[in-house]
Amino acid sequence: MIYLDLFLGFLRVGCFAFGGSYGAIPLIRDVVLSYGWLTEDSLTNMIAVSESTPGPIMVNLATYVGSRQGGILGAILATFAVVLPSFVIILLVFAALKAVWAHPVTQAALGGLTPCIIGIVLATGLTMILSNLSGAGGVVGWREAALTVVLAAVLFGAKPLFKRSVSPIALILLAAVLGVVVYGF
Amino acid sequence: MKKRIYWELFSTFFKIGLFTFGGGYAMIPIIEDICSEKKHWITHEDMMNVTIVAESTPGPVAINCSTFVGYRQAGISGAVAATLGVVLPSFLVIYAISMFLDHFLEITLVANAFRGIQIAVGLLIFNAAIRMVKLMEKSAFSWTVFACAFVAMVLIDLFALNFSSIAMLLIAAVVGILFYLLGNLRKGGRKA
Repeated sequence: MIYLDLFLGFLRVGCFAFGGSYGAIPLIRDVVLSYGWLTEDSLTNMIAVSESTPGPIMVNLATYVGSRQGGILGAILATFAVVLPSFVIILLVFAALKAVWAHPVTQAALGGLTPCIIGIVLATGLTMILSNLSGAGGVVGWREAALTVVLAAVLFGAKPLFKRSVSPIALILLAAVLGVVVYGF
Repeated sequence: MKKRIYWELFSTFFKIGLFTFGGGYAMIPIIEDICSEKKHWITHEDMMNVTIVAESTPGPVAINCSTFVGYRQAGISGAVAATLGVVLPSFLVIYAISMFLDHFLEITLVANAFRGIQIAVGLLIFNAAIRMVKLMEKSAFSWTVFACAFVAMVLIDLFALNFSSIAMLLIAAVVGILFYLLGNLRKGGRKA
């Protein structure tokens, strides 16, 4: 039953999406890959599309996967499921449970959760960078290596050199242009 | 009168949802500007408060903020109207994209562009993680949990192990509570 799977899968993501937009990416990756809803490549493509369109990445990915697996109803269910936990929890916190949230035990649990999700996101980013390095045949491709070095230099060099950080959309556009040039010729 | 506030919440958050790319923190200054400066729906202090709580509850901060502002203005129905408004634009855009993305990717030029883009995405996630590390509480406990999670996740990816990140998060939460209780016990022991 795909609708139930979509609903429960994204409900799980919604419940544990601590740490902002990027915090949810490893969770979505987990769910989406384990059900076989998307390949690693199409997930990465979709993260880029989500960065370049309005709205939080987590919501965009839920809509996309839901739509691909179960049409408009799937899209609605997945989006509803991913938003529902944050909706309910914030209302509960402010309407009734402010004391529970401020309680030391709750804060202690969050104290464990937060560094854990940061470690997970860092590992996800690094493994993605490394797996992107492999060209045809599994060895490091020169095109991939060159693109990685150039994009990393732009992303991490902009702030110290020009005192301005590069927006995700700008980096994605640059990567698109470089991709066309490097793989087209 | 009542119907008008629902519509106003919905349409205001629809506009906010439409014009914030990337989502998350990019939305906060815009929500604050519209909801406290222009509409006087919420005070600056409340906005600060909700941002802090939103950081430690699941889900994108922007969604948490819109739910809260809607709730403050018009109760549960207001919360529904505001949240629906903020989510709807991205829903419509992505739904439209999902219909043609595959055909779009069959064009060689586009496929090449996306091979470059995939490399950028890995870097962006890495960059987001670095920013999160900088903001992380710098205690020995945090660093230990962080390092364990990092190593575990790398091993899981490397060997394609079947272990969900959610299970890891639950373990981390339990460890956090145990560490706190242990600390209390020690303090108690010293006092006695």
